[in-house]
Amino acid sequence: MSKVLLELIDVQKTYGTGENEVQALRGASLQVKAGELVAIMGASGSGKSTLLTIAGGLEVPTTGDVRVLDSSLPTLKPTQLATLRRQTIGYVFQDFNLIPSLTVIENVALPLELDGMKVRKARKAALDALVSMEIGELANRFPDEISGGQRQRVAIARSFVGPRQVLLADEPTGALDSKTSEAVIRALRKRIDAGIAGVLVTHDAKLAAWADRILVIRDGQIVEEISNNITPEQFGA
Amino acid sequence: MSVRASILAVLTMGECHGYQLRQEIESRTGGSWQINVGQIYSTLERLERDGLVESAGSNEQGQTRYRATATGSVEAQLWLTSAIEASPEARNELAMKLALAVTIPDCDVEKLVHAQRVQTMRTLQVLTATKRDVDQNDPAELPWLLVADLNIFNCEAELRWLEHIEGTLARSAARGLNPNQTLSEPAKRGRPTKTN
Ligand SMILES: Nc1ncnc2c1ncn2[C@@H]1O[C@H](COP(=O)(O)OP(=O)(O)OP(=O)(O)O)[C@@H](O)[C@H]1O
Ligand SMILES: [Mg+2]
Repeated sequence: MSKVLLELIDVQKTYGTGENEVQALRGASLQVKAGELVAIMGASGSGKSTLLTIAGGLEVPTTGDVRVLDSSLPTLKPTQLATLRRQTIGYVFQDFNLIPSLTVIENVALPLELDGMKVRKARKAALDALVSMEIGELANRFPDEISGGQRQRVAIARSFVGPRQVLLADEPTGALDSKTSEAVIRALRKRIDAGIAGVLVTHDAKLAAWADRILVIRDGQIVEEISNNITPEQFGA
Repeated sequence: MSVRASILAVLTMGECHGYQLRQEIESRTGGSWQINVGQIYSTLERLERDGLVESAGSNEQGQTRYRATATGSVEAQLWLTSAIEASPEARNELAMKLALAVTIPDCDVEKLVHAQRVQTMRTLQVLTATKRDVDQNDPAELPWLLVADLNIFNCEAELRWLEHIEGTLARSAARGLNPNQTLSEPAKRGRPTKTN
């Protein structure tokens, strides 16, 4: 049995108060094991990004618990949380979040260098990640010198460089054509098969189909799960 | 799909006997198209009658080999490079089923849409899992990959359509619109009854 690396336990999230109160999550629970990819689908505003930011320790749940490896995120001190986020969790933001004053390779190597890895070694790992995203030749450009889809791939490379064990991706292929999307999901899947736990938020069913399980979220609640445990033989294909 | 044109297309490359044609077409379409041998032979007869193929003698097993004539080759080239006519209505059993379902009182259309979404998603998962295991760099897999990709995109389109109509149905219900129809009076047209 693989180990559970990420767990959300009955998480609720309420934004605002009184008239402005929004219940973004109403009791969502989720477990993701090493080597497992879970896709989250649902309409706009259903709570997908909220769930992911809470899983990544970027937001605090109103009630409920989030466990990454063996730590309960809401109980960690800010410095402990920052370290865990940098070392363990790879996060691909819906809007990329690259640092404009750093080159592509510096952006990707940054989390490793912050953790004290030798620059040369960090750059080597960063370049490998860029090559797996088919953008190795852009290493020395700045974010504003590459296309939107290329920027998105830099963000993905950054999310899985180094010893990350949990990968959270919010619409990681929103800016990509379908051929490039497929290359990206293949690369992500390979990383995950090597023992990472992954959560992928997407509107694209073609991408979600690469996951082991698809969870459908509606009005802040997980309402359905479609697992991918039928073999082609059973299906009669 | 044109059995006739596909046979011609294969014969432009050289001589084949009937059973061989069946195997060639099957492997060249990624195993997605199996034509029965009987149909191949009857098509070959018609092609020969129309002057598009001719016999090239028999092999030791007594099987007749065929090759494309010059006219046949031209026709095959034409077919291979022209678009097919889009026929949106040819497909959708599902669209017809849903259209019917919304007009029938007490029919749980939401349940039908949901069941279909799960089913189509499962199909998409299976296709994707199979594709994942295929060696992208093996040219022998190319025909299969092309067909699989079409099926994958069709599944995705169907899922987006189902999601879209789920919204349409919910909005229509919220506005209190009711498309249910009771049976109408039989029309007066049609075959008249005998009077004398
Ligand atoms: N910081 C915030 N303050 C107030 N409300 C918020 C905040 N962030 C999100 N929300 C609300 O919470 C709900 C869920 O938002 P969320 O971003 O999780 O949706 P989503 O499923 O990711 O949608 P999309 O597919 O459009 O990205 C929405 O109604 C949104 O308006
Ligand atoms: Mg979002």
